[in-house]
Amino acid sequence: MIEIEDVHKSFGLLEVIKGVTMNVARGEVVSVIGGSGSGKSTLLMCVNGLEPINSGRILVDGTVVHARETDLNKLRTKIGIVFQQWNAFPHLTVLENVMLAPRKVLGKSRQDAEAVAVERLTHVGLADKLKVYPSKLSGGQQQRMAIARALAMSPDYMLLDEVTSALDPQLVGEVLDTLRLLSSEGMTMIVVTHEIRFARDVSNRVAFFHQGRIHEIGPPEQVIGSPRQPETMAFLKSVL
Amino acid sequence: MFNASISPNDILFMLRGAGVTLLLTFWAVLGGTLLGVAFGLLRATAPGWPSYALGTLLDVFRSVPLLIQLILATAFAPIAGLDWQPFTVACLVLAVYASAYCTEIVRGSILAVPLSTRRAARSLGLTWWDDLTVIVFPIALRVGLPSWMNLALGLMKDSALVLWLGIIELLRSSQIVVTRTQEPLLVLMIAGTIYFLISFPIARLGTWFETRWQVHD
Repeated sequence: MIEIEDVHKSFGLLEVIKGVTMNVARGEVVSVIGGSGSGKSTLLMCVNGLEPINSGRILVDGTVVHARETDLNKLRTKIGIVFQQWNAFPHLTVLENVMLAPRKVLGKSRQDAEAVAVERLTHVGLADKLKVYPSKLSGGQQQRMAIARALAMSPDYMLLDEVTSALDPQLVGEVLDTLRLLSSEGMTMIVVTHEIRFARDVSNRVAFFHQGRIHEIGPPEQVIGSPRQPETMAFLKSVL
Repeated sequence: MFNASISPNDILFMLRGAGVTLLLTFWAVLGGTLLGVAFGLLRATAPGWPSYALGTLLDVFRSVPLLIQLILATAFAPIAGLDWQPFTVACLVLAVYASAYCTEIVRGSILAVPLSTRRAARSLGLTWWDDLTVIVFPIALRVGLPSWMNLALGLMKDSALVLWLGIIELLRSSQIVVTRTQEPLLVLMIAGTIYFLISFPIARLGTWFETRWQVHD
C-alpha cells in the first residue's frame, strides 16, 4: 500500500505539490491526469525517493520513504518506475539494459538474470532485439524495453510516467494489455497519463491534478464520465 | 676530420632522447590521469566549497606557463629538503599540470551524462557507486576520450620543456646533434619525424576506439 499524506514539494521558491493526500491500495490502479506542470510527474519521483519532499509523509508498505534510516535502494527494488523519456543505457544492449539491475541489485547469476530478461522482453514483444543497442530501436521499442527493465525486478508497484505518450498508436493497445495483465496479477500501479481513454479503461480510480493539488478523485465513471469540478470539465474538454 | 654529416650514432642518440620523452610522457599521463579522475569526480559530485577550492587551485596550474612551473619546482624542491632527480621533478610537475586539464575533462564528461539516465539507474535500486561505475563512467569515457587523447599528445610535445632542467630528451638531444653537425634543418626534420611516429599510433588508436564505440551510440 502506498500512502501519501499531505505532501508538499518545492523547487526553490516554486511550490509544485501543495498538500497531496492519496492512498493506493494493493492491486489498485490509480491514474493521475492533469495539465502540464501540475505536479503529477514530480509526485511519482517523490514516491520512490528520487525527489526529496518538503513536508508530509509517504509510506510504502509502512516504510517511510523519506526517513533517514530507510534503505532507498532496497525500497526501490519493490517500486518499478518507467519514465516519459525511456532513459535507455546507451552503452548496453537491450538484453544488458534489462539484465543489469537483477544482476547488480538482486545479485542474480548471469543465467538467471538473462532468463528473466528474455522472458520480460518477450512479454513486451522485443524478443528479436536482444543483442541490439537502444539507439537502433524506435522510441516505442525503447519505451517497451524500459517497461521490461522495470518488470525484470519483479516489483510490487509500478509507477508509469506518461509511458504511452511516445508509443506508436498500434503499440498502445499492446502496452495496455500488458498493464491489464499486470493489474490482474496484483500489480499496484500509479499511472500518470495524458491519454484519457487509457485512464478510463485501466484504472480503478482517477485523480485529477490541478495546480499542485488533487482537485477531484474517484472512479473513472465519475471523474471522467461526469466530473463535478469546473476545472476537471475544462481540462477534459481540452484534451478529448 | 671535418666531416660533420649525421652518423648512425647521432640517430641512436636522438632515439635515446625519444625514449626519455616517451618515459616522461608515460609518467605524466599516468599520474595526470589518475589524479584527474579523482579530482574530476570530486569536482563533478562534491557540492560547494571543496569543489570550488580544488578548481581554483588547479586553475593555478593551468594558468602559469609550464616552463615557470618546472623551474620553480626544481628550485624549491631542494629548499623543501627533497633530494629529487630533475627527472623526478619533471615527471611530477608534468603530472600535476596534466591533472589540472584532465580534471576538467573528467568533470565535463561526467556532467555530460544526462541526469535522467542516472535517475533511471537509481530508480532500479542501483547504488550511487554502481550508477557511477556501470552507467556514468562508460558513457563519460566515450565523451571524454577525444579530449583526453589531445591532452596526452599535447603533453608529449610539452615535455620538451624539461630540457631547461638539463634532461636530455628528444629535443635536447637534437640540439646537441645540431651543435655538432651544423645541420639544423635535417636534424629537426628527423626529430619531427620521430615525434610524429610516436604520436601517430596513439592518435590512430584513439580514432579506432571512437569508431568502435560510435556503433553503440
